[in-house]
Amino acid sequence: MIPELGNFALALGCCLALAQGFIGIYGAWRRDSRLMAATPGLAIGQFLALAASAAALAWAATHDDFSVLNIVQNSAAAKPLLYKITGTWGNHEGSILLWGLVLAICGAAVALAGGNLPTALRARVLGVLGGTSCGFLLFALTTSNPFARIWPPAADGQGMNPLLQDPGLAFHPPILYTGYVGFAVPFAFAVAALLEGRIDAAWGRWVRPWALVSWCFLTCGIALGSWWAYYELGWGGYWFWDPVENASLMPWLTGTALVHSAIVVEKRESLKIWTVLLAIGTFSLSLSGTFLVRSGILNSVHAFASDPARGIFILALLALVIGGSLLLFALRAPRLASGGIFAPISREGAIVLNNILLCSICAVVVVGTMYPPFCDLLLGEKISVGAPFFNAAVLPLAIPVFAAMAVGPLLPWKRARLWPVVQHAWWAALIAVVIAGACSIGMKILPALAFGLSAWLILGSFAEVVERTLLFRAPVASSFRRARGLPVAVLGAAIAHAGMGVTVAGLAGASLSTQKIVSAKVGDSFQSGGYEWTLMRLEDVDGPNYSSRMATIYVKQDGVPLTLMYPSRRTFPLQHQTTYDVAISTNFLRDLYAVLGEERDGAAVLRLHVNVLAPWIWLGAGFMALGGALSLADRRLRVGAPSRARVAVPA
Amino acid sequence: MLAPLGLAAAAGLAFWKMLDRMAAGKFDPHALDNPLVGKQVPDFSLTGLGKAKGFGAADLKQAAAAKPVLVNFYASWCIPCAEEADILASLAAEGIPIWAVAYKDTEAASGEFLNRYGNPYARIANDAAGRVAIDWGVYGVPESFLIDRSGIVRWHLAGPLTEDSVRSELRPALRAIA
Repeated sequence: MIPELGNFALALGCCLALAQGFIGIYGAWRRDSRLMAATPGLAIGQFLALAASAAALAWAATHDDFSVLNIVQNSAAAKPLLYKITGTWGNHEGSILLWGLVLAICGAAVALAGGNLPTALRARVLGVLGGTSCGFLLFALTTSNPFARIWPPAADGQGMNPLLQDPGLAFHPPILYTGYVGFAVPFAFAVAALLEGRIDAAWGRWVRPWALVSWCFLTCGIALGSWWAYYELGWGGYWFWDPVENASLMPWLTGTALVHSAIVVEKRESLKIWTVLLAIGTFSLSLSGTFLVRSGILNSVHAFASDPARGIFILALLALVIGGSLLLFALRAPRLASGGIFAPISREGAIVLNNILLCSICAVVVVGTMYPPFCDLLLGEKISVGAPFFNAAVLPLAIPVFAAMAVGPLLPWKRARLWPVVQHAWWAALIAVVIAGACSIGMKILPALAFGLSAWLILGSFAEVVERTLLFRAPVASSFRRARGLPVAVLGAAIAHAGMGVTVAGLAGASLSTQKIVSAKVGDSFQSGGYEWTLMRLEDVDGPNYSSRMATIYVKQDGVPLTLMYPSRRTFPLQHQTTYDVAISTNFLRDLYAVLGEERDGAAVLRLHVNVLAPWIWLGAGFMALGGALSLADRRLRVGAPSRARVAVPA
Repeated sequence: MLAPLGLAAAAGLAFWKMLDRMAAGKFDPHALDNPLVGKQVPDFSLTGLGKAKGFGAADLKQAAAAKPVLVNFYASWCIPCAEEADILASLAAEGIPIWAVAYKDTEAASGEFLNRYGNPYARIANDAAGRVAIDWGVYGVPESFLIDRSGIVRWHLAGPLTEDSVRSELRPALRAIA
């Protein structure tokens, strides 16, 4: 009964979304205030319906309702409760429902928080969101219904992919999807602006927080995914340029560009057409990523059951959403007059540079990811594009981004001179050069450069804070007073940029990492990475739905006992699958990383890694998201108090 | 202003065509096919790993002209390579010449690996930089290629050899070129 209610709620949500889409667009077109006033209610209604639907699916999963096909295929009675709940979005059908739910949450948030938006703009934004949502819910209802029943009911489920039975991955999809889907709001604002034929500073002020929230979630989602790959797959790597990873990186790159160019729209009324295109492009890339993964066009480790029929439906949906918005863009964009003029060397100029470089990186990733299927289609040749291409092509573009990132925020708007800015940041540059120089002794050139850039980014990012608070030049109390008066956004930007520096240091640390693969009998000791690893024990341990073989490794450094590590190998009988449970011991400067491999003749294969600075990769991502969140807390961004804050804090 | 739309339309059309071909079974992005199958062995020349004798394309063709050769890319750091060691040993015992390319490996580590798991290889070429593997279109180690009497790659498997794949794929391929 509950699954039927869930199905009904899903259908209801779809109907409400259709109404929201139609009434929003038509009402704003007819300037009918009663129709326009109906849209927020519809958006909230759609959210409630989909929340009920998701709750029904969670109920079916937790109550082991094996008459529901989705539960049979992805769950089992013996699965731990947490994974029964998180498993609802760990499969194709459930994840589409989650997509719809997050989109509905965005719509409801616009409805609730958008009280001070012009009525017509709000109606149009909600209309676009409703229309998009309706398409996805139709997709769920027609080709991938999570509530489909089977008869006769199964006695037990087939279980979930053991790799997904992990807390990190449990929360990866919702966070990532919030990031993906959140960009639907800037997209909707862009389409609404094109429909209205008008963009002003207020538009930039409304779009930026939405773009920023989505960007923060996407950053966290990608970081969580890469962290999961690092500790769960047991290969010691964190980024494989896998098509699905690339699919999440593309909207992140254009989204980063969007977050910056929206500032220019807001402050200087420039770059309007470009920002609209970025907003459309970012959401389009999010959608395309979903399509590419679900249709099975790209070969990836993220094996969702691929089905060309589903692919056709999503492709049609994409054609409607992306094609429609780009057509509108082609027709209407010339009308969006741009305001402020600026010199090439200025804050705006720096942001344009940032946008050009980020979009170029995105283009490289798109080309690398799409080349194999296109090559097959057009030339009939099978090739694969791997990490060497991406590293070689992305690096030359990333280095100028990093170099410019620290200087950009120091430049004044409109027109600037580079020399005074360099004077503010000379100490950061000096330290960076010294670090790069010191690293180049005994290191390859690239990691040394990366460490230098990382120092430049971290220190240079705070150059503005130092400059603005007159730190080291004015008395401490006065600096502190100035720091308190500093707009939170300035601090947020500094933290986010420094976060990138931390991540770069983590990536560069990979060049110092060591790994050793040994075949060990109990009692054997090995030297690797300056540590002494001893295999103490090998034993069998039972888990809730798996049996496990666990090793105990005793690690010493220079004869001093350091830690015990317990890597294990888990066998899930239901799925006939083995996973490697990595043991990681970190002190935030390096990870000791041990994997227990196969056993043969009483000897176990151990992989022992010392991953220098590895935790910084994700720490940096955390800082980036934190910076974004801080920036969001800035008064000037909170819609409702823009003018007052402008007076209070002269920019 | 029409450029983004045009680009998106072209991409959409291409995707539609891909889906169409997938449905018709003409396009499988997940198949690890190798473009070398049906073609001549690419030109290369590698020195031996340690004391083992290396080889190049000419040596390989010459040997294959007498008896088909199985070329196996392996590395000591690769766990599936250890898994297929038994099967390689039994194939070698049958008299099938197996020539190895050590992929991104060192002499010491490789020697240790072969001591532990046995050495079924007649020759071992050292591809420390992994360049030859790129020319061969190797996805990852282990990967095996069967070379026929005229020096053409007849069969290919990405991933470890298993009893199943030997029975259902390698043996029929060997019979076909015998």
